[in-house]
Amino acid sequence: MSTTPLLDITGACLMRGGRRILDHVDIAVRPREIVTLVGPNGAGKSTLIRAALGLERLDSGTVRRAPNLKIGYQPQKLALDQSLPLSVKRFLTLTQTAPLLRLQQVLTEVGVPHLMEASVHTLSGGEWQRVMLARAVLRQPGLLVVDEPTQNVDIAGAVEIYQIIGRLRDEIGCGVLMVSHDLNVVMAATDHVYCLNSHICCSGHPADVSRDREFQRLFGPSAAATLAIYPHTHDHTHAPDGRVDHVHGPQCDHGHRH
Amino acid sequence: MSFSLDSFAVRAVIAGIGVALIAGPLGCFVVWRRMAYFGDTLSHAGLVGVALGIILGVDPAIGIVVTGLVIGLLLLGLQQQRSLPTDTLLGILSHAALSIGLLVVSLMDKVRFDLTGYLFGDILAVTTTDLFWIYGGGVLVLGTLAAVWRPLIALTVHPDMAIAEGSGRLPIRLTFMVLMAVTVAIAMKIVGILLVTALLIIPPAAARRYARTPETMAGGTVLIGMAAVIGGIIASFTWDTPSGPSIVAAATVLFVLSLGVGRDTARAR
Repeated sequence: MSTTPLLDITGACLMRGGRRILDHVDIAVRPREIVTLVGPNGAGKSTLIRAALGLERLDSGTVRRAPNLKIGYQPQKLALDQSLPLSVKRFLTLTQTAPLLRLQQVLTEVGVPHLMEASVHTLSGGEWQRVMLARAVLRQPGLLVVDEPTQNVDIAGAVEIYQIIGRLRDEIGCGVLMVSHDLNVVMAATDHVYCLNSHICCSGHPADVSRDREFQRLFGPSAAATLAIYPHTHDHTHAPDGRVDHVHGPQCDHGHRH
Repeated sequence: MSFSLDSFAVRAVIAGIGVALIAGPLGCFVVWRRMAYFGDTLSHAGLVGVALGIILGVDPAIGIVVTGLVIGLLLLGLQQQRSLPTDTLLGILSHAALSIGLLVVSLMDKVRFDLTGYLFGDILAVTTTDLFWIYGGGVLVLGTLAAVWRPLIALTVHPDMAIAEGSGRLPIRLTFMVLMAVTVAIAMKIVGILLVTALLIIPPAAARRYARTPETMAGGTVLIGMAAVIGGIIASFTWDTPSGPSIVAAATVLFVLSLGVGRDTARAR
């Protein structure tokens, strides 16, 4: 791809307490591209995200963001103090204002139009993730940064959240940088995977990465096998109401063009 | 009773309303950001400030603001060495400051000094000058809060998210330190040094269950604070009790009532 990256990190190095967290990491996110970071716990995924957002200083290396890049950030589950009353409506407008109609629109896009007046303290794990996603895209960001969007979400919900992220990418035309643990699900909705374990073990299209020896060593052959056969075996999920949702895999070639 | 600033009753009510206006929004942040003990420490240090103000011949309010800032900076410095938890550090600063303040006051026996008034508030002693302090400081505190309200709420909910999305890196702890030092100095006349924190945290605690957003909670807090202040002042006049405890007792009654009355939006769906 020849487009200028929205985000370009080169040679990122970071030491913490004598441990090497990031070791000469290079990643780039281009417009309309969904980039996923995978890797074992403690691999430095969240640190890399924080560096990308300007929240963490690198020891060496550079972080380049496109000029005037608008960022929408969906952090991991918030530990919100009960003493702070917060309706979903108010949560959506934490860092920006928007007309009510637009708020209703983003909530509908993520599938929770009925939650506008609910207190965020009462949301379930899945509802929370959707509301946080709605808040991040409300800004019409150029780059959407999503840190583990499916924590506390069941597998059917996870599939749907990745679908929503893919759809939002198509609508807004933003780049997406995502951290995920859901190896088997996330790969289907990803253009480019970086497998991180302090350094970049391997990267590329999900189908190629799943065949990579390094990747198989890190996640085990069964995970790689799941990935490789994923498009053939799990191309649908069962919604709670009995609906069958098709999931676009890397090898299904209908209905969507990028 | 004529409505004139010459009447101490009128001055008391105007002063009380001003203090409730200021303490409301700031008190909400004290609750949300878990700064109650910090507020206690600042107000206890205020006694040193009062004593220094009298010795140096400046208004005690200035002394309180200055010692509040010194204590705040000491805390930030002590927090750099991470071997002791913050509440221990606050406990040390709080009680050391109170003791030093009491020692200094006890050595000043040649100066006429109403210790009880400073500790528990003295509504009868509110002067027109005090009113200027309260409303001048109030404009400063409320103006600052209003100017940075949205980023401040965002930073309170999730600092990383707010910074990543461009809300800026406010020197939050420093900002609150200054605002609280000013508020302690303002509220001291009415509720006294020992009870300032109570005026900051009881009204928001009472308002919490009826609020759905930070803004409605701040508004409700102001109303409850005003009711507590006016109720306390009336009680203080009626039974000749110290104003601080009267106001805090009134606030506590409102808090207890809030536990039993009306909807609970914290749990409501």
